[in-house]
Parts: sequence; C-alpha cells; structure tokens
Amino acid sequence: MATDTTPRAAGQRQGWHRVRSVGSKLTTPLHPDDYLRFVNPLWTARELRGRVEEVVPETEDAATLVIKPGWGWRWQHRPGQYVGIGVQVDGKFQWRSYSISSAPSRSRRTISITVRAMPEGLLSSHLVKGLEPGTIVRLALPEGDFVLPDPPPDKVLFLVAGSGVTPVMAMVRTLHRRGTMPDVVLHYSSPTPERMIFRDELAQLEEHHDSFTVHRLHTDTDGMLDPARDLDEVCPDWRERETWACGPGPMLDALSEHFEAEGVAERLHVERFNLQLGADGGEGGTISFRNSGKEVEADGATTVLEAGEQAGVGMPYGCRMGICHTCTLTLVSGKVRDLRNGEEYDQPNEQVQTCVTAAVGDCVLDI
Amino acid sequence: MAISDVQEYCHLTDEEVEQIGRELDAIRTEVEESRCAADAAYINRLIKVQRGLAFGARVVLGASAYSKRARIPGAVLGSAMLGTAKILENMEIGHNVMHGQWDWMNDPEIHSSNWEWDTAQPAEQWKHSHNYVHHQFTNVLGYDNDIGYGILRMAREQKWHPVNVGQPVYNSLLAFLFEWGVALHDLDLERIRKGQKDPQEMKRQLGQIWRKGRNQVLKDYVVYPALSGPHWRTTIVANAAANVTRNVWSYVIIFCGHFPDGAVHFTEEEIEDETRSEWYLRQILGAANFEGGRFLHIMSGSLGFQIEHHLFPDLPSNRYPEIAERVKALCDKYDLPYTVGPLHRQYGQALRTILKLSLPNSWTKDNRVYDDASTRGDTPPVPEGPVRERRRKSDAERPTRRLELGAWSRGSAKERA
Ligand code: FES
Repeated sequence: MATDTTPRAAGQRQGWHRVRSVGSKLTTPLHPDDYLRFVNPLWTARELRGRVEEVVPETEDAATLVIKPGWGWRWQHRPGQYVGIGVQVDGKFQWRSYSISSAPSRSRRTISITVRAMPEGLLSSHLVKGLEPGTIVRLALPEGDFVLPDPPPDKVLFLVAGSGVTPVMAMVRTLHRRGTMPDVVLHYSSPTPERMIFRDELAQLEEHHDSFTVHRLHTDTDGMLDPARDLDEVCPDWRERETWACGPGPMLDALSEHFEAEGVAERLHVERFNLQLGADGGEGGTISFRNSGKEVEADGATTVLEAGEQAGVGMPYGCRMGICHTCTLTLVSGKVRDLRNGEEYDQPNEQVQTCVTAAVGDCVLDI
Repeated sequence: MAISDVQEYCHLTDEEVEQIGRELDAIRTEVEESRCAADAAYINRLIKVQRGLAFGARVVLGASAYSKRARIPGAVLGSAMLGTAKILENMEIGHNVMHGQWDWMNDPEIHSSNWEWDTAQPAEQWKHSHNYVHHQFTNVLGYDNDIGYGILRMAREQKWHPVNVGQPVYNSLLAFLFEWGVALHDLDLERIRKGQKDPQEMKRQLGQIWRKGRNQVLKDYVVYPALSGPHWRTTIVANAAANVTRNVWSYVIIFCGHFPDGAVHFTEEEIEDETRSEWYLRQILGAANFEGGRFLHIMSGSLGFQIEHHLFPDLPSNRYPEIAERVKALCDKYDLPYTVGPLHRQYGQALRTILKLSLPNSWTKDNRVYDDASTRGDTPPVPEGPVRERRRKSDAERPTRRLELGAWSRGSAKERA
C-alpha cells in the first residue's frame, strides 16, 4: 500500500526511516513493515499497534489491560490523558477511548488502561471478559487536556465516580512515583466497596503518604454526593484547591453548576466520557458527496459523518470521536468547522475528520 | 427502447423484475449482516500466505543465483512462487480489496482507499475505470471500455474496420502485456487521439503511471537482479516469467467474465431509465461464470463467480459460493439464463469471438443461440449504427453512480495540483 497511513512518521528515528525507504524499493508497492509485521506484529510503524500483555482483573466487572505499544509510540503521554484503542470484535475493528491509568514511564515499555464492562457496552465487556493476552490492538496516540500540570499545585482535590478514577489514578501514581505528593484529597464514589477499582492500591498510597487522603462514598447505601450539601463537609477548603472531576455526566453537571455558583469555576477541570461537541457549531448547508452524487441538507450541529450516513453514503468511521482518523476524507470545496474547538478547514483538498466536523455553508466531499 | 426489451427477460412482468430486485437486495443484506470474524480471518490468512510466498520466492531466486547446481531449479521454483504470489495479490486480494469488500473491517491496512497493488496500473485509476465505469455500465457498448479494452472488436454491433484483421495478433500481445494494457486503460487513448482529453488530467495520469510503472520495473528488473550477483540474468528471466505468467492468467480469467457466448451486450438506448432491478438483471445477463474447485476460484480472484461479483461487487469474495447457490435458484425460478461452464470452454468461446470478429459480420455467423426462439420471438437483429463512433460520455454526463460498486476517487487535475 503506497499510502502511508502513519500520522506519526516524525517520531521515528531518522536512520530507521532511511533503512525503510531503501527497503521499500524491494517491497514496492508495499512497505517493508507490511512484511515485518508477520515476524512480529509490533514491528510496523504503518499504524500504531499494541499487544495485550496482561489482563488484570480489578473488580468483578473491571480489568486493567497492560499493553505493549509497537513502533511509532512516543512515550510522552501526560497523566490523565486517554488513548484510543481499536479491537477486532467479530472481524470488525471497534474503537473506544480509555484513560491511561499507568504513570508515564518509558522503562516498563507498557501502558495500562482500565476498562469497566458496561451492560450495554459490546466493546467494554469484550475487553474485560474476552481479551486474551497476545491480542493485537490498534492504538491512537494519547490525547486530552484533562492533565495534571507540572509542577502540580500545592492543594489538589479529585472528585471521581466509578471508572472515572482511571485518569486520576494515572495522576496519583505519577505524584507517588516522583515523590512529590502535595496535599491531595480524593473523593471516590462507587456503588459498593467491591466495585471500587484500585481500592487496595489506594489504601496503600494513603498509608504511604500523610498528605494523601481518600474519602470513600458507597452510593448504594449512602446516596450520591450532593456538592451543595456535602462538599464543605468532605473537604472544607475545596474552594482553595485545584479540582479535577471525572465521572458520569449528571455528576459533572452538578459540580460545574456548584463551582459556578460559588464563583470558583476556573478551579474545576472535568473529563467527560462522551464526546462533548461545543455549542459553536457550523451554520449547516448542503453537503455533496462527489463520487456518489449524493447530497444532503445538514444543520450546524450534525457532523459530516452523520450527514453522510443519513444520505446513504458508505462513510468510513472508527471511534466517532476524533481520535482514530479512520473517518478522514478530502474536503473538495467549502468549509467545515471542528465541533470540538471551533477550528475551521477550508483549503481545497484539505483532509478533514468527518466525525467531529460540521458544515459551514455548502461543501463538497470526495467520496 | 428500454432494457425490458432485452430478449432474455421480456417474459417477465415489471412486477416480477422488481421482485427479483427485492430478492437480490435481501441476499445482500443477509450477507452484509453476517460478516464476521471468520471472513476477516480469511483475508488476513490469504495476505499472510501471499506475502510469505512473495518473500520466499525472492529468497529462493536470490540464494540460488549463488549456487551453480541450484541455479536453474531455483529459478524455476522461484518464478513459479513469485508468479503465484503476484496472481494472488492482483486477483483475490488487490482486486477485491479495492472493490471495498473488506472495508467493513475498519482496518486501514486492508482498505479500498489506500490499497496499492503489485501491477503497473495505479490503484486510483483502476478504481475509476473498473469500479465505476465498468461496473456501472457493464457491457453497454460505447460506455463500457472493458469491451475489447479499446483494442479488440468483441461485439457484432461494433463497426468492422480493416485493422480488425490483426485481432489474433493484438490479442496475443494483450495477453502477454496485459499489465501494461491495463496500466493505460484509464487514460482513454481514444479521447487523447481525438484531442478531447483535458491536458492537465492527462499529465497527472501519465505522471502516476510513470511513477508506479518505474517502481515496478526497477524492483523486478534492476534491484533484485543486482542483489543476485553473478547470475543476475537468471533473476531477470525468472522475474519476467513470473510477470508474464500473471499477465496471461489474468487476461484469460478476465476474458471469461463477459465474452463467453451466453453474455449479452447492451446498447445505450437499452439502459435509458434503467431501474435498480434492471441494473441487477443486466449484471446477470452480461456476466459469465466458470466452474472449478476452491483453489481455482481463489487463484482467479473469485471471478469464476463473475455474475455474483457483478451483482455484489463489494461483498467479501469468500462468500460468493454460497451467494451463487441462491442466485442460481433465483434464475431458475424466474427462467433467466445463468451462464456457466468449464474454464476452457468459456475462454474458448471468447477466443472464437475474437477470431470471428476480426472479419466483417457478413463473413461469419453469430454464436449466440437463443433457446426457445419461437416463444420469445426471433433472434433480434444486430442494432444499426457503428458503436465505435458513438461519442463517449464524460463522467459528468454519466448518471449518478451506484454506491455498492466500490470506491473510487479522482479529482480533476486542477484540484489536485
Ligand atoms: S472516526 Fe475516529 S477520528 Fe473520526
């Protein structure tokens, strides 16, 4: 395949790059990597891949996957970021993103993500229950701004629920590893004690660091955290702390509202599991799909991907949230806006991610 | 005139034609919904075998060049392996991947949008000339450039010209140089000759062909021979043998798809206002299958199931055998012809047509036999008018394409510059 689907050639070492391009004289129209990966599936930089080394059960319905990334991975994720992972289920690669729970460390050569099986989540239950060590998965580079600054603030509050603990775990582990644990309060809601992921490790960390306190809330018996009522009690100085919150949408909404009302909204950093497309949409317009001759009217909130699907175009997609780039198409003319950050794309023949962009006026796509 | 006048199915009512369309749609949906891990394993395994063969062939050829005793047997074995690898890559893997048969897996390494195959034609041009032009306008004279590849007169409706006398020669050349014939296919030499081709587009296409062809030639005739040291000549010969084997084989298989006696050609008038169901029927009537074992089918890119391939070009090829059972049953039910025969007979008929049509119509007799001519009317007369002189439509003038024909993408020269 002549087209290199690797978006990260920049991270490869020069020498290797040269060897590979000489090698491709022998393997054209393929890459040397297309052959090498049969020797070891991780020996390809055509696309980021990883091998599942271990599946560690955490709770009854959650497991940590320890993954060894292949060529092209840059050991640069920041604690709190998430990674896209593509797993073949019934022959088809399904994409999701999960927070990386391991602290960034080159030496171990692995990353770990912690996944909780959702009753309706085909992929998450497959990951937790059905994944054999040795399985090859596709990866997307870490992304996300739900990260701890370096150096960390003096006083930190983490408000997490359920598997929302995973990005925070990466942060806590990093603080622990660096030996720079500031004053940290972690409030962790979970239905029952058994459902608490990382409960043993958290207990150990708590013992190890005087400055690290964990509040456990078991919502099955004690009810949910009500910020207006409980926050002052749990953590009286919460207004002075830099706060990171991760959990279900309603909880995050309640927190945002409360922080807003108390005038400390800028102290709150939240991570939502679902793709949050900003209010700043496109204006909408007629999207034409050139090769199929199809056309569809789309409003400013509908992604190009959804619009194409409505029109009956066989649109490519992967994660549907802007991380895997499977959905990238050529914008022949017109303008689209990235719904995540408002960035606009309007160069002729620009490559756009259809799952996170919406039309700004009429536009034409090459499919 | 409309497609419903075509002899082979004028016994069907409009409602029956629509019903056939619905039944074929149902087959399609069922297969789409049942694609699973076993299908994915099939293509992954095949790619593994193919790359193993290609790699092994290069090793055998290279290593045997350094040993006097092993040189000749090594060259024979190596070129056989390489030829097989190239055939597998071009037919069952490349052709089918570029139709989008495996796009559903969401695997960017096995995807129609970026597959590049081991032959001289750039994938992008092939997707246009094949997926779009040929599969949409299958067997429509003047539209479908695959009828004789612009070189051979393959239908009695095409006007005879004295140059056609040379067909047996052109045909052999086409077989041996098939890869290069295909490389030039999308350029549309006819339009270039008439000065109607957009010069920028021509430049872009020629550039693509040059780069692709150069890499292919360098690999097989310069780099690998150089690595074989003293006996580089043997390696050149072996590589040429592998390429020619692949060329002749693909040529034979491809000519069996639409030129055996049972396959019908259509005229532009016949496809006016064609419905989706009628498009399906045109695929059934215009294509021809051949019989064979599993191995033969894999080696021919499953094109022994040409009828099924034309009905469902983007469904995974490993499912064609089961689809064929159902299509055959459907054809029986509606009394539609389903052309199938052994490979040698199918090719023999195509060859006979090539030879016969090198001569004017009045010197030869039509091979097509219409069964039961009395109830369906007599063999229709050959339509008037020289098809060769009908103006070819540009993409813009062609009707909206059908989605399931597989991917293609092409910007105009200006847009891509
Ligand atoms: S589908 Fe993954 S980036 Fe769009």
